[in-house]
Amino acid sequence: MPLQQSTNRQSGNIVSAPFIESGQSISGVMRQVIYALLPALVVAFYCFGWGIITNLVIACAGALAWESLMLYLRNRPVTSYIMDTSALVTAILLGMALPPMAPWWLLLTGTFFAIAVAKQLYGGLGYNALNPAMAGYAVLLISFPREMSAWLTPLALPVAELGFFETMAWVFFEEPPNDVALDTLTSATPLDYLRTEISRGVSFSEVRLSPVVGVIAGKGVEWINLAVLLGGLWLCYKRLITWHIPVSVLVGLGVLSGAFHLYASERFADPVFHMFSGATMLCAFFIATDPVTAPATPLGKLIYGLLIGLLIYIIRTWGGYPDAVAFAVLLMNFTAPLLDQYTQPRIYGAGKRNGRARNG
Amino acid sequence: MMIKRILKKTLLQKPFLKKECKLHGGIKLQGFKSLSNATAVQILSVPPQLIIPLKQHIGEAAKPIVNVGDLVYKGQIIAEPNGYISSPVHASSSGVVAAIEARPIPHASPIKETCIVIHTDRKDQWHPFVQSTPEPLALPPEDLRQRIRDAGIAGLGGAVFPSAVKLKPTSDITTLIINGVECEPYITCDDVLMRHHADAIIQGALLLARIVRPQKIIVAIEDNKPQAFQSVTNAINRLKAAGAAAANTIHAAQVPEIFPAGGEKQLIKVLTGKEVPSGSLPYELGIICINVGTTAAIYDALYKGQPLVSRIMTVTGEGLDAPGNYRVLLGTPIHYVLANAGVARQHNAEVIMGGPMMGVAIADHAAPVVKATNCLLIKNTRQIRQPPASMPCIRCGRCATVCPITLLPQQLYWHARSKEFDKLPAYHIDDCIECGCCQVVCPAKLPLVHYFRFAKSELKARERERKKADVSRLRNEARQVRSEKARIEQEERKARRKAARKQVITPETNPDQSTPDSLNASSLQGVAPEPQTHENTSMVKHEDQTKTMAR
Repeated sequence: MPLQQSTNRQSGNIVSAPFIESGQSISGVMRQVIYALLPALVVAFYCFGWGIITNLVIACAGALAWESLMLYLRNRPVTSYIMDTSALVTAILLGMALPPMAPWWLLLTGTFFAIAVAKQLYGGLGYNALNPAMAGYAVLLISFPREMSAWLTPLALPVAELGFFETMAWVFFEEPPNDVALDTLTSATPLDYLRTEISRGVSFSEVRLSPVVGVIAGKGVEWINLAVLLGGLWLCYKRLITWHIPVSVLVGLGVLSGAFHLYASERFADPVFHMFSGATMLCAFFIATDPVTAPATPLGKLIYGLLIGLLIYIIRTWGGYPDAVAFAVLLMNFTAPLLDQYTQPRIYGAGKRNGRARNG
Repeated sequence: MMIKRILKKTLLQKPFLKKECKLHGGIKLQGFKSLSNATAVQILSVPPQLIIPLKQHIGEAAKPIVNVGDLVYKGQIIAEPNGYISSPVHASSSGVVAAIEARPIPHASPIKETCIVIHTDRKDQWHPFVQSTPEPLALPPEDLRQRIRDAGIAGLGGAVFPSAVKLKPTSDITTLIINGVECEPYITCDDVLMRHHADAIIQGALLLARIVRPQKIIVAIEDNKPQAFQSVTNAINRLKAAGAAAANTIHAAQVPEIFPAGGEKQLIKVLTGKEVPSGSLPYELGIICINVGTTAAIYDALYKGQPLVSRIMTVTGEGLDAPGNYRVLLGTPIHYVLANAGVARQHNAEVIMGGPMMGVAIADHAAPVVKATNCLLIKNTRQIRQPPASMPCIRCGRCATVCPITLLPQQLYWHARSKEFDKLPAYHIDDCIECGCCQVVCPAKLPLVHYFRFAKSELKARERERKKADVSRLRNEARQVRSEKARIEQEERKARRKAARKQVITPETNPDQSTPDSLNASSLQGVAPEPQTHENTSMVKHEDQTKTMAR
């Protein structure tokens, strides 16, 4: 690359302003994203027990291993790129999105597709067109539907007294925990339950009374979503993400679900149920806001988020899968470059004499 | 309701919080102003040698009118303006012209330009023509403007545009802004000037008002300089107490501390809510913006008759013995200034002319202080010569949120990096003011401004190429027309000759006669095709370019 070379050469001799070094770093950004996820992880641990920890540990190890291997194969400096910790963020998001106590090979396959295929094969950090975590998730969902739907019943594990080692035994050797049938531990997710029940003709108000539903949305999941919301608001406060995408995702989902709920309240779940079920909050604050795969202009972000919100509702209600975050985000990832091109903000002093000044 | 009323009240009380007056983006920077603004301006001694560049302003370089060996006095014109956008150059002190030759100028690369070198006699004697004028306000405006031009005054904020040119706008001026914002970190020369010479600034502003006749004059000061604001306000009040009619049109305004609020276009937006149209100048809005230092220099020029031979300049940086502001003669070598400001000649001292955001790292310390030198910031080599390792862009968009022009730096970077220069005008690269905000907040530590400068120069070079190609195309077309004409004439002549021969001798054709002719014609054509194809390709290229530009 001639330009790169000339930059390097020149920066040795001729330096140019500004002479104030950026106080920010990519690893710093990524670290703060991980901090913002901590409350959600604590709540998830409370709900799902050690299964969430094994998920995260294996996903992180897998992601780092795939990232190192790919960087090595691509002749990139392994340590400096590993230190940006973007692979960890992907791994944590994937680990939270998969059913707790997922078998080790599922996590390794998922991280392989996320890191090696969706990220590194496209050029690594900053060059991937698709959100790595969601690409990995989508591949797993299509390839291993049985494992991907084996969600633990929230708050059931402590009762079963499933310790760390029992969990590990299950994850690595698929040994069923001592005198507990795994079937008793897993159940349909609230969104799944809602889908099947409503398609059977059960009304939404009856669904609400079921044991899988908590105060406002899915039992357990609602608290995780609240914790994610908390972390997301902190990210907004720290200006690591702008408000545009989270707000527009929630508005898109809320308005569409609200409209249908008003139209037929027994056949369509209310907006709050949708917002605090599944991975809605995770999507709004942590997944859709992945800067690499989202548009960069304010207007582009609003359109992007709004369409993700609408797509989530459409796929959840009429699509083939109970949750829709991965597909909605991946579909909209494709539109990001186009949105960027057509939503340039108005620049200072434009639109007055601009045309004349430029063409004249 | 209550909240609404309170909100309305605060909005009315603080006009700068009005939405239309708010600057987009910008960043808060640590000021480091207290390093140098505590002491009054010190006067730097006359150096043994002055190196005075002929081009210290924007426009054409001045023409020297002295010879080697001439005795010159302080304030004597030693080079006169060459063209309308140009400025004269004066001897900064008395002495003998030692040389007129290329010397290093303050620049990022070690380039040389013609300078007049004066060996000073240390007497610092003013030229006898330098006489004070008791009542310059009574002079006709055109006379005042001519005096400003003769005094060689150019914008001392760093842009060094000849002030006399700026003061002859083509439309009516409603607002005169005296810019004392000084938003770059470290620099305090305007701050100190306002603290200690507020009267000169106000008097200078009134002189400017006499020339451009604005309805109001605003002295804009950043709110991190309360003492300067107080001093200017006091000066205005003194003027009011003296009963001057003009005092009511002038007022001081505080602008919020944010970089780059002191940029001309940004300041106009903050103060008036208006935006200077892209690609044009502030006077089209009826606004003229002049730096406080320039205003004070105009006061000196018109009241005291002193041309611009010295300027106030900040010498600062961490770990300096005597950081502060100095009045330095133009042409003083930078190493002389450093030695007198307590900077030992260390091999690892780097000098940045201007602030840390938009300044230039000087390649050669023998270069002189010029009209644009508002600050010498001393850093060590390690601090600036080792660029941080950059990472790939993650498109976080922070650059776009801080850009005062609302550009999309990450898109500009993307296209500049992949050398898709023809896409850049669509992203308004020409409007980039190179303020550096994007680079300072970039988590990937990308040298964004460097890329933008590179792309801009590349686009300019292409534009030049295109113009050159246009000229050569026209020339080539003209040449073809000429050769075509010549060929037709020749054929006509040949035909005429043939006809004449036919009439004279016999009606038989002569084969010997026709071959050299056809050879001649083919050789002519043989020359023609080559430029033709050349022209075609250049035409195609040109069309391509205009198309992409239009896009």
